[in-house]
Amino acid sequence: MLNYLKLIVLGLIAIFSMIAINYARDVAYLIHAIIVLAVSAGLFLWVLRHTDEPAAPAPQNEYMDDVVRFGVIATAFWGVIGFIAGTFIASQLAFPALNFDWAQGYLNFGRLRPLHTSAVIFAFGGNALIATSFYVVQRTSAARLWGGNLAWFVFWGYQLVIVLAATGYVLGSTHAKEYAEPEWYVDWLLTIVWLAYLAVFVGTIVRRKEPHIYVANWFYLSFILTVAMLHVFNNLAIPVSIWGSKSVQVFSGVQDAMTQWWYGHNAVGFFLTAGFLGMMYYFIPKQAERPVFSYKLSIIHFWALIFIYIWAGPHHLHYTALPDWASTLGMVFSVVLWMPSWGGMINGLMTLSGAWDKLRTDPVIRMMVISVGFYGMSTFEGPMMSIRAVNSLSHYTDWTIGHVHSGALGWNGMITFGALYFLVPKLWNRERLYSLSMVSWHFWLATIGIVLYAASMWVTGIMEGLMWREVDANGFLVNSFADTVGAKFPMYVVRALGGLLYVAGGLIMCYNLWMTVKRAPAVEASAATAHATPAE
Amino acid sequence: METYSFLRQLADSWALLAMFAFFVGIVIWAFRPGSGKVHSDTANIPFRHENRPAPASGDDTPAAN
Repeated sequence: MLNYLKLIVLGLIAIFSMIAINYARDVAYLIHAIIVLAVSAGLFLWVLRHTDEPAAPAPQNEYMDDVVRFGVIATAFWGVIGFIAGTFIASQLAFPALNFDWAQGYLNFGRLRPLHTSAVIFAFGGNALIATSFYVVQRTSAARLWGGNLAWFVFWGYQLVIVLAATGYVLGSTHAKEYAEPEWYVDWLLTIVWLAYLAVFVGTIVRRKEPHIYVANWFYLSFILTVAMLHVFNNLAIPVSIWGSKSVQVFSGVQDAMTQWWYGHNAVGFFLTAGFLGMMYYFIPKQAERPVFSYKLSIIHFWALIFIYIWAGPHHLHYTALPDWASTLGMVFSVVLWMPSWGGMINGLMTLSGAWDKLRTDPVIRMMVISVGFYGMSTFEGPMMSIRAVNSLSHYTDWTIGHVHSGALGWNGMITFGALYFLVPKLWNRERLYSLSMVSWHFWLATIGIVLYAASMWVTGIMEGLMWREVDANGFLVNSFADTVGAKFPMYVVRALGGLLYVAGGLIMCYNLWMTVKRAPAVEASAATAHATPAE
Repeated sequence: METYSFLRQLADSWALLAMFAFFVGIVIWAFRPGSGKVHSDTANIPFRHENRPAPASGDDTPAAN
């Protein structure tokens, strides 16, 4: 019965996309209609071929790990794509000749920059969050994922969103809202996928066998809920035509700017912080083999973080048309945010108290610890930069880019790598990783890469800010904009080099994980069964 | 009073107070007497049910860790 419904829906989507191909008003829309047609027609045939096969009931005494395995693969894949895109656009800034003439309008910096940011934040980070949240919520609820194949819909629907977004950027379909660039139909698709994600996650929590909801799930849940709200409000737009990708924002002027940065900063706060803190609260205790330092602190950390983060957005709009009181509010809350951030950092780091020797022997935990360290550093730097006086120097300069990357590469990247190194042996039933020395190589390449990146961006950002405000005795500006661009060249080369090291580390990780699945010894059967009955 | 001024005033008075009170309540709740045992049990959740969900019967008394 369900299959007939699926066939009807898929058939309707396929027919609609054929009509859309016929009437398409722009290239991006045309290509997207072709992609949607291929996917829906392919799925139609697939469902049709399998429609009379009896569906095996899902084994309720097993976790649903297939979708997590796919999520792990997607995380590693999109991660490397996103890092390569970032290194390439960093090189484009250093060597403008890389904006090839033959690819003008497709592969120049302006088109590839959102591709890079979305690939690393939403494709790499998003897949990491979906995969780890599915893993963690099952283990900490002691229940199989709710909703059966809905989890697969979440996974593949999310990949489709990524593909549509990425192709859209290259072809120039964008709302021009930072980190929310995809046009209206991609936004709608993401909304549906995200609600399904929420349903799977909440459904699993409702089915839990543990009396309490573990703190990691609180963080994951707040991330899913808040992102749903942010996404819908920031993307309120009316399509110009149902046959074209262009849409018009509902808000305008300063309201639009405020909504955008309310979204933008909470994408940092809830996507890149709350969600990844969920990872921290599960994977660090697991890898350190000891419970979190203070569960009370984790509760206070959670509530303080979500109460404060939501107000911090206006610090992106200092010295703009935004009323002063609003930007002061954003600034004050950003500074206050320092406290819960460091509370969380201390909780993560102190989980290792009594097990600090593991830092010497276990490169995976070293990776997790340095990620928490970078979290602490960037959550110190951020509040400082949000202060109006500091912001007058740092805003619009490369310092901001450096700050974002010490958070993204250091905190989000490293904790994700740590989680992947933890997950792959577990998910593929391997005794251990293929090579620990490769993990160490990855660790050092990534760390040195981040240091090169952040340091060069501090230098170039502060230099740029000082050059912009430098006036001579008569009050005239000393430097032209092009002077600052010229002065930044050496730092841009160092930045691209840092990115290259980070990519190299990512590639080593992929090889190591691949070989772990292929070559590392499997967990012995007797040991596996011993694991299967832990309650004794 | 126009809507803007009303909401603005509500936000920085009663709404602020309500949220702050809620937060203080959570902190007090976290430190309530007897919470330590609950918290140490909850903190150990990741070390149970690593490979398999709890059995459906519902009667599941997990080991200490």
